[in-house]
Amino acid sequence: MTRMVGLTRKETLQVLRDPSTIMIAVILPLLLLFLFGYGVTFDPRSFNVGLVIEQPTAETGSFKASLENSRFFQVETSHDRRFFEQDLVAGRLNGIIILREDFARVVYRADTAPIQVIVDGSDPNTAYLVNNYVQLLWANWLEQVSISSGQSRGPPLASLEPQIWYNSQVSSKNYLVPGSVAITLTMIGALLTALVVAREWERGTMEALLATPVGITELIIGKIIPYFLLGLGSMVLSVITAILVFDVPFRGSFLLLLLTSSVFMLCSLGQGLLISTITRNQLVAAQVSILSAFLPAFYFSNFVFEIDSMPWALRMISYAVPARYFVSSLQTLFLSGDIWSVIGPDLIGLGLFAVLIFAITARVTRTTLD
Amino acid sequence: MWHRILALIIKELWTNARDPKTRWVVLFSPPFLLLIYAFAITQDVSNVPIAIYNQDMGVESREFIGRLEGSSTFSKIEYLQSSAEIISTIESKSAAMVIQFGPDFSRKLGAGDDVNIQIILDGRRSNTAQILIGYVSQILESYNRERLAERGFSAPTKIVSRIWFNPNLKPIWSAVPSLFAVMTAIVGFMISALTIAREREMGTFEQLLVSPLKPLEILIGKTAPALLIAITSATAMLVLGTLVLDVPVRGSLALLYLSMIIYLASIIGIGLFISSLAATQQQAIVGLFVYMVPAVLISGYATPVENMPDFLQWVAETNPIRHFIVICKGVFLKDAPLSVVFQHSWPMALIAVVTLSSGAWLFRRRVS
Amino acid sequence: MKHDTALVTISGVSKLFENANILAISDLTSQIRPGRVTGLVGPDGAGKTTLLRLISGLLRPSEGKLEVCGFDPVKEPNSVHEVVAYMPQRFGLYDDLTVFENLNLYADLRSVTGPQRAATFERLLEFTGLKPFTKRLAGALSGGMKQKLGIACALIETPRLLLLDEPSVGVDPLSRRELWQMVYELVDQGIGVIWSTAYLDEAERCASVMLLNEGKLIYDGPPDALTDRVQGRAFLLSNIEGDRRSVLARTLEKTAILDGVIQGRNIRIVTAKGAITPLPSDLLAGEAAIMASTPPRFEDAFMDLMGGGQKQPSPFLKLQSTNAHQNEIAVEAMGLTRRFGDFTATDNISFEVKRGEIYGLIGPNGAGKSTTFKMLCGLLKPSEGFARVAGMDLQKAPSKARARLGYMAQKFSLYGDLSVSQNMDFFAGIYGLIGKKRREAIETLVSTFGLASYLETNAIMLPLGYKQRLALACAVLHEPDVLFLDEPTSGVDPLTRREFWSHINAMVGNGVTVVVTTHFLEEAEYCDRMALIYRGRMIAAGAPDELKASARSEDIPEPTLEDAFIALVEKDDRQREQT
Repeated sequence: MTRMVGLTRKETLQVLRDPSTIMIAVILPLLLLFLFGYGVTFDPRSFNVGLVIEQPTAETGSFKASLENSRFFQVETSHDRRFFEQDLVAGRLNGIIILREDFARVVYRADTAPIQVIVDGSDPNTAYLVNNYVQLLWANWLEQVSISSGQSRGPPLASLEPQIWYNSQVSSKNYLVPGSVAITLTMIGALLTALVVAREWERGTMEALLATPVGITELIIGKIIPYFLLGLGSMVLSVITAILVFDVPFRGSFLLLLLTSSVFMLCSLGQGLLISTITRNQLVAAQVSILSAFLPAFYFSNFVFEIDSMPWALRMISYAVPARYFVSSLQTLFLSGDIWSVIGPDLIGLGLFAVLIFAITARVTRTTLD
Repeated sequence: MWHRILALIIKELWTNARDPKTRWVVLFSPPFLLLIYAFAITQDVSNVPIAIYNQDMGVESREFIGRLEGSSTFSKIEYLQSSAEIISTIESKSAAMVIQFGPDFSRKLGAGDDVNIQIILDGRRSNTAQILIGYVSQILESYNRERLAERGFSAPTKIVSRIWFNPNLKPIWSAVPSLFAVMTAIVGFMISALTIAREREMGTFEQLLVSPLKPLEILIGKTAPALLIAITSATAMLVLGTLVLDVPVRGSLALLYLSMIIYLASIIGIGLFISSLAATQQQAIVGLFVYMVPAVLISGYATPVENMPDFLQWVAETNPIRHFIVICKGVFLKDAPLSVVFQHSWPMALIAVVTLSSGAWLFRRRVS
Repeated sequence: MKHDTALVTISGVSKLFENANILAISDLTSQIRPGRVTGLVGPDGAGKTTLLRLISGLLRPSEGKLEVCGFDPVKEPNSVHEVVAYMPQRFGLYDDLTVFENLNLYADLRSVTGPQRAATFERLLEFTGLKPFTKRLAGALSGGMKQKLGIACALIETPRLLLLDEPSVGVDPLSRRELWQMVYELVDQGIGVIWSTAYLDEAERCASVMLLNEGKLIYDGPPDALTDRVQGRAFLLSNIEGDRRSVLARTLEKTAILDGVIQGRNIRIVTAKGAITPLPSDLLAGEAAIMASTPPRFEDAFMDLMGGGQKQPSPFLKLQSTNAHQNEIAVEAMGLTRRFGDFTATDNISFEVKRGEIYGLIGPNGAGKSTTFKMLCGLLKPSEGFARVAGMDLQKAPSKARARLGYMAQKFSLYGDLSVSQNMDFFAGIYGLIGKKRREAIETLVSTFGLASYLETNAIMLPLGYKQRLALACAVLHEPDVLFLDEPTSGVDPLTRREFWSHINAMVGNGVTVVVTTHFLEEAEYCDRMALIYRGRMIAAGAPDELKASARSEDIPEPTLEDAFIALVEKDDRQREQT
């Protein structure tokens, strides 16, 4: 027991003294929160479109006004489409709307096409949304015109009534901010821990430790505790900042948050230990943990990219990424509450991973230098 | 002078090529990762499970459901039996969307009233939710148009849509150019950010400083090999992207490579700058991360730059990744002209000049 | 020798590193006894560290069996760890923890708690003299203090056996003397100590010596018994006429001479077994030269056992011989002062080195020696004063001036992940050697330093002696006018050291100027003149014999350079106390 306390104290002192710890446990998470809270967003936004009016008339003026009044578009106008084409290439415009020369003449006739939309397919999502919004505005405009001219509007229509649960303002920060906690904890567990253990091998202090009566279990536990606490501390800091500064709701219980974070922390600490035990070299340890822990946590966690849309093989890979389970639990705890049907399976996934990774680490770690 | 620089360049290349682990990590893993992540970063939504709760016994709702089932977007549809199931389905994430038809859906439509279709979405995945709304409304629109036509009402005039650059909206076409830009940056960073810190930790940096090498020569000797390696790795990714993933390169390769050299110079400049500031390898690695992760996030890689607040857009102007993504999309898909490439190249050139020269200045300062 | 008193019994132990296919220890049998210091000596790569690791249970033997304090280190590693304390070559200290925190950690690891801990710390801090520095970070300690702290950490719980791996590398003579005193006190308490070293003067201080070479035990017993084999074969050649370095080179070519080293103005020689003692005139040392018998040393016996040192004259001798420009000043230090914040690392240091001279910088760890050295070769900017090399100010014409100097750093600082030939190509390249000139320079040095069989080996994998050879080769590829050597033979065995100095002496004969720092005062004997730097100031300067003479007293009629060093430092301490 004394040995473990001693190791833990030593490690804690080192953690507190190294500026890179503060960088990774305090500055990086706050930076991520800030970016997701204020900057990087998937929220519906207004698109830049170029409106080409080949022959201005009262009708084109009316349609232009309805485009400009909508919250979807920032409109620039010209009479020649060539004026906008290069902007589309440079990505400054998301689409071009062209009102043909004969717009006023044919606009009320069926089966004509007085309006043309060109969208930038290099970003399919944007292309899709721009197209949809123009369709919507166009339909509304036609309806308004027909009402004002007293025409019958035909048989009844069905319309959609969407309800978005848990996140009614549809704000992407509400799910990106919780997700960023997973990134931070991965960095502390897998990258920082891998670096410090590899450093002990490089500097020869590991040899001195192994020559004392300390056992391998004590060594591992003594090493883990400070980083475990550092991770949880960083998590608490992130969560409090998210709630107080960035107005992200938190609907679950803190106890469950602590539990899932702890189990996840064990997973990434295990990864870090395993990486450093195998490489024993800081440079390689860093590269391996970027490739095997950080990037997968970013891509295969539903954090930014939808796993369900990926090909089968990648979906299978995602089951081996602990961040997948953790991000799911985090988003649920923040936005919906203690929903056991989500958190239960997630905890089982995380627990299995933790047990497996520590079993492998224990097998690979040796107490001799051979 | 050139012999001295050449000696440095050869040494750097050997250092990276001799160690099999480094060789693998730096040269071969980026193309491999490009292959995997190109499929991962598709932002369209497919295969997402949805659910339908139909309280209506009439024909209209069945017809509408038929259209949903026929759409390729929704491959997994679950049918719910009670409204209580809606809650548990969304809660447990078994479906990202529930479409609900009220008991009087068909009756109201038949009686000439307007009706609503309720859709309930999971806000924990609000980006997905947005896109799902779009899909359903598209199906609804064609449904409405056909109903009008059936009753002899002329359909409103149509909109002709043209999709430029990627007519079939293939997600991989849009994924590869930006991923190419990001992976090239990661390679450039990984080679440059550790070199100085590592030499300093090993003591070899002192050897360089007592030799006749001038700071400028050290700078060139460090930049050129990193550039060569990163370009080799980028070329492998380019070949893979065009041949295996079938992404077109419509613009000029010469322009792409020219701007890539400027891009990498700025990336390596930043890497060397971080490396010169760091006292140890660990600090260099952590410093690199604290720069790299936010830089990728505000590059327009995952979310559009125009979406960010103004001041962040200004910050993004100093981010080479942001500029090169535009160039890559331009050259790969849009046959971008020189003027567009130039617009985004000169800021990168400026970043390169500033970071490289401050890196060289730091070499000497951080000796003792 | 009774079996039951042995602390360690080694029976037929071999250790094969399968990956590298190196037989590090070959069929070794021996015993180690409590209550005395057993010296583990031998050249680099002899297997000293491997043997210590086997005893401490950090490696498993490939064959044979060990018994350590009654335990089997393979089966009962924890029991061995309880009673054996081990200080690895690199201390095992945490640089970012303070002295006190390091001690605390090892006390925790050995479960020493409560009042017992306080008493132990008190005793150890007193014992090591580290009391005033408990709050200092271990990384900021000098080399000697680090070693003392390393030993203190190993002694937290009084062990039955203490293993010290090269504890005197990088330690100044003062601290080295203190380390030995500490170890003798431990031995008096009945602890067994194994002290591994490549410095053979230390073997004489051990009660028993295990001499290893290429993994084999070639001598096991008291050091005197081995020294006896060279009884009557050691001589001191004094009053030499002409250049003592060329006299030594010529002397060594004679078959009758086994070994020879420079000692100040004199030369110390050992004759071959059974050879007739040559006359001074045979050695071309001049008419007035005197040859006197001198007591043999353990090192002489070692050289005898290894078949003698470098016999071949250094190829550098043949290059060109210039005795002109003898009075040209090659290196000049003028009022060199360097401050770090409030702390003055060096204070107004001035000296001149003439062309073709060997100039030594000696002094305790942390006295300002390295700072001076760094300012001389342009790595550090002086706060005041200036340094000129070959007439040029390094701060003003850096590139041109640096092209004329060669530099060999204290710790190995070549590219470990590049091969020997790649390293040489690289250094030739950055010094502007091209084409035929480069090929020739590299070929010459490869054959001079015997690197041919290692050309494709990664530098990091070389044995220590070869690492140092390669480092020197890379420093002299471009035939520099001035050579800066920072502890060039730290931790190197006597064979390699002699070879080293034969090359350096030859280069000096060609007009090269050498500035060297060293802790190893046997080596300082090679210098023409030297400066003793202590607490940032130059407290003495002159030829080795002058320094020795200044320390002559009734207690020590024939002081060694080490005695002189200690006397001068102590005298300075007294003077400072008075003012």
